[in-house]
This record gives sequence, C-alpha cells and structure tokens, in this order.
Amino acid sequence: MTTEFRLAIGAALGQDRVRGNIRRAMDGLVTKRREAFPDPQERESLRDEGAAIRAEAVARLPELLEELERTCTGNGIQVHWAETGADANQIVLGILRAAGANAILKGKSMVSEEMGLNEFLQGQGIEALETDLGEIIIQLAHEAPSHIIAPAIHKDRAEVAALFRKHFPDQPPAQQIEELTALARTVMRERFRGMTAGLSGVNFAVAETGTLCLVENEGNGRLCTTLPDVHIAVMGIEKVVARLDQVPTLLTLLTRSATGQPITTYVNMISGPRRAGEKDGPTAVHLILLDNGRSRIHADPELSATLRCIRCAACMNHCPVYARLGGHAYGTVYPGPIGSILEPQLQGLAERGEMADASSLCGACAEVCPVRIPIPRLLNRLRYEAVSTRAASPTLGHGSRRLAVQSGIWRLWSWVCAHPRAYRALTRLLGLLRRLQPTRLPPWTDTREAPRLAPESLHRQARAAGFPDRA
Amino acid sequence: MPHTVYFFGTCLIDTLFPRAGLAAMQLLRRAGVRVIFPQGQTCCGQPAYNSGYRDEARAVARAQLDAFPADLPVVVPSASCAGMLRVQYPLLFADTADAARADAFAARVVELSDYLVRVLDVRLTDLGPPIRVAVHNSCSARRELGVADATMDLLGRLARVELVEPERAAECCGFGGAFSVKQPEISAAMAADKARAILATGAAVLVGQDCGCLMNLGGTLGRLGGGPLVRHLAEFIWERTHRDD
Ligand code: SF4
Repeated sequence: MTTEFRLAIGAALGQDRVRGNIRRAMDGLVTKRREAFPDPQERESLRDEGAAIRAEAVARLPELLEELERTCTGNGIQVHWAETGADANQIVLGILRAAGANAILKGKSMVSEEMGLNEFLQGQGIEALETDLGEIIIQLAHEAPSHIIAPAIHKDRAEVAALFRKHFPDQPPAQQIEELTALARTVMRERFRGMTAGLSGVNFAVAETGTLCLVENEGNGRLCTTLPDVHIAVMGIEKVVARLDQVPTLLTLLTRSATGQPITTYVNMISGPRRAGEKDGPTAVHLILLDNGRSRIHADPELSATLRCIRCAACMNHCPVYARLGGHAYGTVYPGPIGSILEPQLQGLAERGEMADASSLCGACAEVCPVRIPIPRLLNRLRYEAVSTRAASPTLGHGSRRLAVQSGIWRLWSWVCAHPRAYRALTRLLGLLRRLQPTRLPPWTDTREAPRLAPESLHRQARAAGFPDRA
Repeated sequence: MPHTVYFFGTCLIDTLFPRAGLAAMQLLRRAGVRVIFPQGQTCCGQPAYNSGYRDEARAVARAQLDAFPADLPVVVPSASCAGMLRVQYPLLFADTADAARADAFAARVVELSDYLVRVLDVRLTDLGPPIRVAVHNSCSARRELGVADATMDLLGRLARVELVEPERAAECCGFGGAFSVKQPEISAAMAADKARAILATGAAVLVGQDCGCLMNLGGTLGRLGGGPLVRHLAEFIWERTHRDD
C-alpha cells in the first residue's frame, strides 16, 4: 500500500543533506540534555515529580480549566473557548477586526500551527509576522516547522544565508550565525514597530493564580506580548497546571530536556493587561483555550497520558526514526514520537493511524520523556485501537485499519501457535521443505540476506539432547 | 540445592537459529542446572501484540502460561521475548481471568545473561584466541529489562575477548519485528547505519542477546560483504568455552 506517508518516507530518506543537518542538530541537543542532568538520581526524581504534576493536571482537567477561567478573568484576561482550530481562528479574527489590526506579530506557537492560523489570516487579508528566528526562516522559505522547538532544524547555515540573500538583497551578505541573526534582527525589528496585535503560545497556565508562563530565548515572545496593544495567547486545554509552586519543577524539566539550558533567557509570567499606573504592556489580553480533540483523548484513562506532554521535543531528539525522516515526512503539525501518539488521536486513526506503525518501539523516547509518558505502550495501544473490533473506545477511527486478509493471517497464526502440536508439525514441515525456501523475500531481502530455515527445530534438538519436557 | 529451570527457546531460535538455543541450554546444564524444555511452548505472541492483534496474541500467550506450570524460573535467550513475557504479559492479561496467573508467570521470567551472571555467577574459561568482539545490546535488553550490563559482565568473563560497542550503541538497529516489514525503508536505513558502525569497530565477531537484531544486522552486513561473524551470545560463549572430548 503506497500511502502519502510512505511516499514521503521514500523522499525523505533520499535527502542526505537534510538528514545530515538534522542529525547534527539532534546530536547537539542530545549532548546538551545529557550534560544538563549530571546527576541521574536527581533527574529521575525530577521526572517523577514532573509526571505526578502533569498527571494531576490531566486528571483534574475540567475543574482546573474552570478555575483557570475564573482566575484569568479576575486578572482582566478575556477567556475564549474554541472547540476546533477553525473556531479559534474565528476568535482571533474577531479580536483583530475589533482592534482594527491588519497584521499580527507572532511568537512561536505550535497550537497556531494546529489552527492553520497564518494561512487563515492571509485569506482574510491579515499578515501574520513570525518573530522567532527559526519561524522567520521557514516563513521566508514557505515551509512548515519540521521540529516543535527548532522549526528550521532541517536547514543548515548556508541554506539560511542563501535564503536571506534572496529576500533581503539590500542588506550586506551574512554568512556566520551571528551575522545572520543580526541581519534578521535589523530587518525584522523595523517591521515589528507599530504593530497593534501580538500572538503567543503558552507553556503553562496556572489555574490557581491565572498566570500564563511563556519561555523563550530571543526576547521575541516578550516583544509580542508587551509591545502591541492587544495580546492574544493561544493554548491547548491540556497546558493547565494546578498551582504556581509546581511551575519551577516543570520549567527546569522543560528547558533542560529541550535545549539543555538550566533556564531560558526569557521566562515571561503574564498575569493580565496593563494596570492603571503601569507604563507598558498591552491594554487587552485574550486567552484562547483550544480543545481540537483533546477532550476525546482525555476520555480514555490510558491514552490521556498523551496530554501530560510539555512539548520539550526530547522524544524526537532521541528518536531514530525522526533522525532518518525529519519532521516534514510525517505531514503533520507534530512529528516524531509525540506526534505519532498525538496526531492519530487528534485526526483519527483512519487518517493518521499509520504514524503509530512508524516505530520500532525501541523505547528511546520514553527513556527521556520528562513527564514519563509511556510512548511505546501508547503506540501499541493505538495499533490495537486501529484494528480492534470489540473495544469500546473514544478513540476516533477505532477499528478503521482492520483489513480482512491481515486479520485472517493473524487468526491463523494465532491458532497454530496456540496449538503446540500444530506448531510442531508446521515447523517440522518447514524444516523438511527448507530447500524450497525462496531466496527473495521482499521487502526483507531488498537490503538484507534472508536467514535460512534450520533443518531441525530446537524442539527436536532439545529432545534429542536429552532435555526433559516437564518438571 | 541444584537449580532447575524452564527454558523458553523463542520461535525465532526454534526455526532459524536452534544452535543458539541449544548452546544456551548446554551452558546452563554445564553450570549444574537441570534444564527443562517444555515441548508445548511455541511463541511469546509478540508479533501479533505489537501489530495490534491483542486477542490473537493473548490466545498464544495463554498457551505459554499452560506450558510452564511449575513454580520455576523461565530462562529466555532473547531480551525482546523475555520483555514480552515479563513486562507485557501482565498488561496483556490485566482484567482477564488469567491476570494472577500471568503476573506470577511474568515474575519468573529471566533473560539468559542476567540468569548466568546474577543467579549463577558463572565462571567461564576462555579457550579461544584473543579476539575483538562488537556487542549489540538490544533495545529490550537496554531499556525494557535493563540487562545490558549483565550481558557485558558475562562476556567480560571471557579472558581473551576484547569488547567494543559500536558508535551510537544505544540506538535501535531498526529490526522492531513487524516494523522491518511495515516500514522497510526506515528499518533498512537504521540497519545500514548500525552495520557501518559495527564495521568501523573492526571486530571479528558481532554478539548480541537477540536473534531478531542479529538476523537484521547479519543480513545487512552480509549484503555489504566482508563483515564480522554474527553470533548469539550463548553460541559464542559455548564455542569458546567447551572442549570437544
Ligand atoms: S512526549 Fe515527553 S519527551 Fe516528547 S515532547 Fe512531550 S514531554 Fe517532551
């Protein structure tokens, strides 16, 4: 079956330069994470804490969201609920129209990618200006992010330099990273001036205090949230946490797991619009809470662990499949291990169930996940949901990937292996007929030699060597 | 009191690599262990389980619960299958009539090198010539069961064996059971990188706990040509420590 995904995989594997770029960047991130957790015991107990905090938040999600709405409203933040990405887009549009804004400054936000906000606004004649360097690069290149924290991870310095030369021909040519950054700063800062509205994501929203936490390294997040008159924050509903005293643990887990930093250059704690007597800050702050399928995930006690995610990207940085494919081949907003459990649930198994198959279940992701999401187990569960006929399940598209031939083969296999006599007779037969074994067994033998069937099974050899059958 | 254990050979070893299984049993027997090989055993059920066919996997798994009834350790010459039996069976049988039986069975399962090192503390007399050996610790050994150290310890007891691990040792070889067939291109890319890293070690032999990985890597190395011999650790150890007499 040649699906779009399979085609994309084939194409991605052919791109040596991209693969090299990604691998180099991933190696850097892996090393930095390792060095950021010098003490394994501390790391593991932090992960325990992080998992417990996020598990609590997910367990109490409805009640915490109500509390968050209350506290935010009390702080002067206007709270909006969006069922789908399209709903969220409409809310953003309404706010922008009311403010008379025909452009918006954007901080990095994966939820806005989920909404398809930029294209939507473009269709409405509103320009969305990305401000994060990586996002600027891919916006210039008309591409989607290929990684959730390093959106341009697939591009090397020379490609960025060429891109800048093409788009900013008046500027002196830049080659070194510092020059490229400086160039982007000069050009973009000019455009940022006088913008009426800014948009940002949210890393954690504290129910107790109505505080929105936002981490970043470039100051662009602070720019988007303080410079314009209107600040719109968008977040998935799962980003809520119960208490302010839980934030430091999550913050240190997030930054150390993501980039190996003890803390990011900027940590913004947003607690409302400008108050009387304050000299700066937006006059209006809006918070859009996006569901987009998350309630459905929440309804399943096992799969709801997906919602613990703090989007650190450690799982993709350590993923051998992501290392080969890069983010674009997945064709989804969220790539890598987290994408492979999240997207099939958000979009449904019929649409994206194949992503759950794109894993050798090696467990590298679960080993590093700061909130201990058992990703391989959830992948296994999604594979089950995809072909199951009986389970009552809130998962969208469950049973949709069951094929008659395939399930027939598994039933036959199961019968044989559940009946030892039949199994022994079959393996005996295979041993006797081993000379008829075909030498070509695609896809295995496309790149490997095939193993040869043994003439005598271990069952027979064990018996012949005098090993008893029972205690 | 002499040890008595069950031996679970795994279907892969049964049909493709029986010498590895027999070598493992001989190692145990030489160490004074009474080894029982139940003829009723078949497959751990992992292929169906990892493909989403849980009912089909459970039927096969139940046959294994039946085949190993006595309260004895179940020694498994594969970390992947041992992981299925030890870690996944309790999940597979949770909330079923066999839950308690599956839990008790799972607790008895031990991976071979873990058993040889931790329980038996075997001494090995190395009769072979000095040799460099690349070790591939499987993902199940390393992460699911945490027995990679035991494997290194065991192989380290061979006095004239120099152990090396290939670059990116902790990275998956790309086998992943059904993954190698469902996502053949990604699997092949992972196997090719691993094979190159193994070649770069200059080792004469590649040794591991898992015949699935070894079949993947051996097949890939074979295609590249001129690579090391590929041996399951039991077969490798047996060949270096037993005297024909
Ligand atoms: S699943 Fe875990 S490792 Fe992956 S992005 Fe989310 S929190 Fe980070």
